[in-house]
Amino acid sequence: MATLELSVQEEAVSPVRRGRRLGTLFWVAIGWMILVFAVAILAPVLPLPSPTDMDMLARRGPFSALHWLGTDGLGRDELARLAYGARISLVVGLCAPIIGVTIGGALGMLAGYFRGRFEALAVGSMDVLLAFPPLIFALAVIAFLGQSVLNLTCILGVLSIPAFMRVARAATLTLARREFVIAAQALGASHARILLRELLPNVALPLLAFFLLGVAVIILVEGALSFLGLGVPPPTASWGSMIGEGRESLDIAPRLAFIPAIAMFLTVLSFNLIGDTLRAITDPRQGAL
Amino acid sequence: MNAQALLSVEDVAVDLPTPRGNLRAVDHVDLTLAPGKTLGIVGESGCGKTMLSRAILQLMPKKAKLTGRVMFDGQDLTRLSSDALRKLRARSLAVVFQDPMTSLNPVLTIGTQLIETLQEHLDLDVASATKRAVELLAAVGIPAPEQRLTQYPHQLSGGMRQRVAIAIALSCEPKLLIADEPTTALDVTIQAQILDLLAREQRRRHMAMIIITHDLGVVAGRTDEVAVMYAGRVVERAPTPVLFKNMHMPYTEALLAAIPKLDTPPHTALPAISGRPPDPTRPLKGCSFAPRCRYADGRCESEKPRLEGAVTAAHQYACFHPIKLAAVAGA
Repeated sequence: MATLELSVQEEAVSPVRRGRRLGTLFWVAIGWMILVFAVAILAPVLPLPSPTDMDMLARRGPFSALHWLGTDGLGRDELARLAYGARISLVVGLCAPIIGVTIGGALGMLAGYFRGRFEALAVGSMDVLLAFPPLIFALAVIAFLGQSVLNLTCILGVLSIPAFMRVARAATLTLARREFVIAAQALGASHARILLRELLPNVALPLLAFFLLGVAVIILVEGALSFLGLGVPPPTASWGSMIGEGRESLDIAPRLAFIPAIAMFLTVLSFNLIGDTLRAITDPRQGAL
Repeated sequence: MNAQALLSVEDVAVDLPTPRGNLRAVDHVDLTLAPGKTLGIVGESGCGKTMLSRAILQLMPKKAKLTGRVMFDGQDLTRLSSDALRKLRARSLAVVFQDPMTSLNPVLTIGTQLIETLQEHLDLDVASATKRAVELLAAVGIPAPEQRLTQYPHQLSGGMRQRVAIAIALSCEPKLLIADEPTTALDVTIQAQILDLLAREQRRRHMAMIIITHDLGVVAGRTDEVAVMYAGRVVERAPTPVLFKNMHMPYTEALLAAIPKLDTPPHTALPAISGRPPDPTRPLKGCSFAPRCRYADGRCESEKPRLEGAVTAAHQYACFHPIKLAAVAGA
């Protein structure tokens, strides 16, 4: 009788526990991400005013039916700028880490697997890149190539390569001496096969977690660069440049800086939350090693 | 050497450079193995068993230096190009390791690992590879094999994992299977099952097998020949029944005495081999076992005994004072 009850209880408990493990916070984060992505993708079709049309008679306008979040210092619709700004922030925030994770991940895995001279060269060149002040590098390149979303993405992507390379190399180093790799070699697997089928699935997990962290960091860095006037060229809106422009009227209309800042904060927080949760639930090694 | 030998290891020595100096992990070892036969390599930790198996597979650390020849199926493995070596391994070599947790890829399902290996080796489509995978898992004694295909290694018990590792090793129909301490990480009842499984599959497939272990009990009933290693050298080598009936090397005797037996009363101290193996970076002039050997005398410390056959050519040992009597307990 007792055992019967126990088994029934267990069945009833397990799905509940699964739901609780993800947590409401995770679903709130997912909801916010969906909202931001939807707005960013659909910005041109949404019934929004143009983000660049100025209305000098309605500068720093308050919240109204016409301008839901008011207008900025040049009379541009704040909500529209927020929506279009999300596009820039997300494009840069996703594309730059993709550059980093692709090049850095590949370099790191090759370095960790083959070792030797290639590793020394790769690690050395990454150390040089790390030692170079990133802001100066960004300044120099933007001064040389000009301000554009593409240039910004490429610079941030290149700057993120060393970090991804290190994560990939560290993971590969420990895995490459494990017995399943030697077993695969003993069964005659080629280097390409070992790298792609044996090592990559293992290295991908820490890389993915680091990628989501990277997205959050890059969004912030893009914000900082735009704030300094090194980001996207005006009048294109990005969250960072909006905060930068809002700075001028912090005393009269602080919301102009705070609204994009809150949007950025929530987005970055969501990326981190989702990254953490996904890593925790998709890691098949959990508790086993 | 023997013309029909599948594997013959000829005068193989492996040197590993370490910060403390050159480490001779394997010291001029000669072994032969005929097709379908089983060789047991026995010795304590650090005696070079594993490095010898890696030398046979040509999977040594990059800095290791190997001298001598490893003849497999008429080819010298030490001279093959890496590509030819890879093809040869794919066709005819396989290895099973000690810890099945680290010898299976933790993030791929059992099915993925097994099916991909099969596809790689046998040129099958997914459906027939899956069918073969299920057959293989059933052959190594895994219940509900279809279900196991979707599971990850950590969802299986240690014995199950080792069975899966064996199934993967068998998937390419190897001519030689090297089992490197295949049962050390498992408990005793599972040990016997795994060893029986290896023996059964070996007979069925007529493959040669090398069992590497520190446990003489493991090799006792399941090998055709045993080589006892100490400090990188083979110190005694004989057909299994001969070795257990009539061992000559004091080290073999000491190893056997260190196995707990059922007929000794409880709480008796187990005879241990006193001292520790010599530092492999500082080779001794004489017999490596002399400092720990109760028969050792002055000659043992100044001169290295050669491995040679005294009674029969098949039974070789390296000792100046071989044990003469057949009265070794527990044999």
